Amino acid sequence: MRIPCPHCGPRDLREFTYKGAALMDRPTGDWSEAWDAYLHLRDNPAGRSEDLWYHGPCGTWVLVDRDTVNHAIHGARAAQ
Amino acid sequence: MGFSAFRILKEGLTGNTGWRPHWRDPEPRADYDIVIIGGGGHGLATAFYLAKEHGLTNVAVLEKGYLGGGNVGRNTTIVRANYCLPGNSQFYSHSLKLWEGMEQELNFNTMMSQRGVINLFHSDGQRDHAARRGNAMAIQGDDAILLDRTQIRERLPFLDHDNGRFPIYGGLYHPRGGTARHDAVAWGYARAADSRGVDLIQNCEVTGIDIENGRVTGVQTTRGAIRARKVGIVVAGRSSQVAAMAGMRLPIESHVLQAFVTEGLKPCLDHVVTFGMGHFYISQSDKGGLVFGGDLDFYASYAARGNLPGAEHVMEAACTLMPSITKARVLRSWGGIMDMTPDGSPIIDHSGIEGLYLNCGWCYGGFKAVPGSGFSFAHLIATDSHHAPAARFRLDRFTTGRGLMDEEGTGAQHNLH
Repeated sequence: MRIPCPHCGPRDLREFTYKGAALMDRPTGDWSEAWDAYLHLRDNPAGRSEDLWYHGPCGTWVLVDRDTVNHAIHGARAAQ
Repeated sequence: MGFSAFRILKEGLTGNTGWRPHWRDPEPRADYDIVIIGGGGHGLATAFYLAKEHGLTNVAVLEKGYLGGGNVGRNTTIVRANYCLPGNSQFYSHSLKLWEGMEQELNFNTMMSQRGVINLFHSDGQRDHAARRGNAMAIQGDDAILLDRTQIRERLPFLDHDNGRFPIYGGLYHPRGGTARHDAVAWGYARAADSRGVDLIQNCEVTGIDIENGRVTGVQTTRGAIRARKVGIVVAGRSSQVAAMAGMRLPIESHVLQAFVTEGLKPCLDHVVTFGMGHFYISQSDKGGLVFGGDLDFYASYAARGNLPGAEHVMEAACTLMPSITKARVLRSWGGIMDMTPDGSPIIDHSGIEGLYLNCGWCYGGFKAVPGSGFSFAHLIATDSHHAPAARFRLDRFTTGRGLMDEEGTGAQHNLH
């Protein structure tokens, strides 16, 4: 698997660290069910998914549009 | 149809023409008391123990492919009860006892081989931890022996004992652990469940779960609707998809774990051995192939195959621990879909929907759990109460933070196990 870093172009999987599903809306405030969902519950899709990878060499968090069934990568952009 | 030495001799002399299929291939009926979704090791064991322990035989196992075609046929066949934490210890101890009686119980040769598991350690700190784990195992009633470097050298002559970075200080020996023939476990439970009247329905994919007023009433399948009073979900890597049919989101991420086998070699490794300075485990199959694996690839995947960096990592660990392995050629590799929970421990629990039960989250340790999981899940479905050894495998432990079982001590967060 090669992941296209938005800054460095397609790079080997070894340069990336996987974070998990791209959950960009972090809850605020004290513990709530929203925190439980954010920390633990996952859609875990079989198919197209969006997940977060950290590109070590350039220090960018990358949002990768990926197919979990066949490892095809449809796109990637810098996470904001 | 029972197996016996006499039967094998007779069939051998008569051209093996008397063997018959080991289970029926029934059409699904419209109505069952209990439907088990998933015809893998855990599902088939559940069906068997429902019939044997609870006398419930109006049961169907629905399998979308063929029996035992998932993770029970895609693992490294290791059986052990060397867990440390309360909750896990009792469960795997119970499971190992069931393994020990399995061949007699099922009248099926599952090639259970208690060749012993040795967890190597490579530092004083690791030795202390191994001693602690060994004590926890002994308190649980299982067997654990701390071996020093001389004893390891005698038992495992092919390892790199004096490796410059990771010299072997000793190992924790668990004699009752070992390996079993993975497919035979599925076949044995299938045959025994079928002979007690359970319908095993293959090529039958569940496409929906019917729920009325908070109570499950049946399932929709590619072979028609089936009504049921109780439904058990035990589908390993596909747990999230099936649970979603009931409107649930699970604390599970599905990851790929690779495993490898070399060409057949003469006997050189008598035990199951794990490397303490890398995630690596190896044993030798009865055919002679060295069967080994390592860590997850560490990204969500349903591909049932891994990537080269994962393979490279495993090979590096193999060469470090056992340099002679470089002479062997890898015959094939495969990947399984691991249903990973945040704390690395499984879930056997009510779903919150009446009559719907969950058995999932076995991470990369499902094979050794097959009999215990089936036994405890059958108990839960039949009696609506938790079986004592599996009572801590609760779904709500992540929500409440109570009863987390983080065996590796890395934190109860996704992607840390």
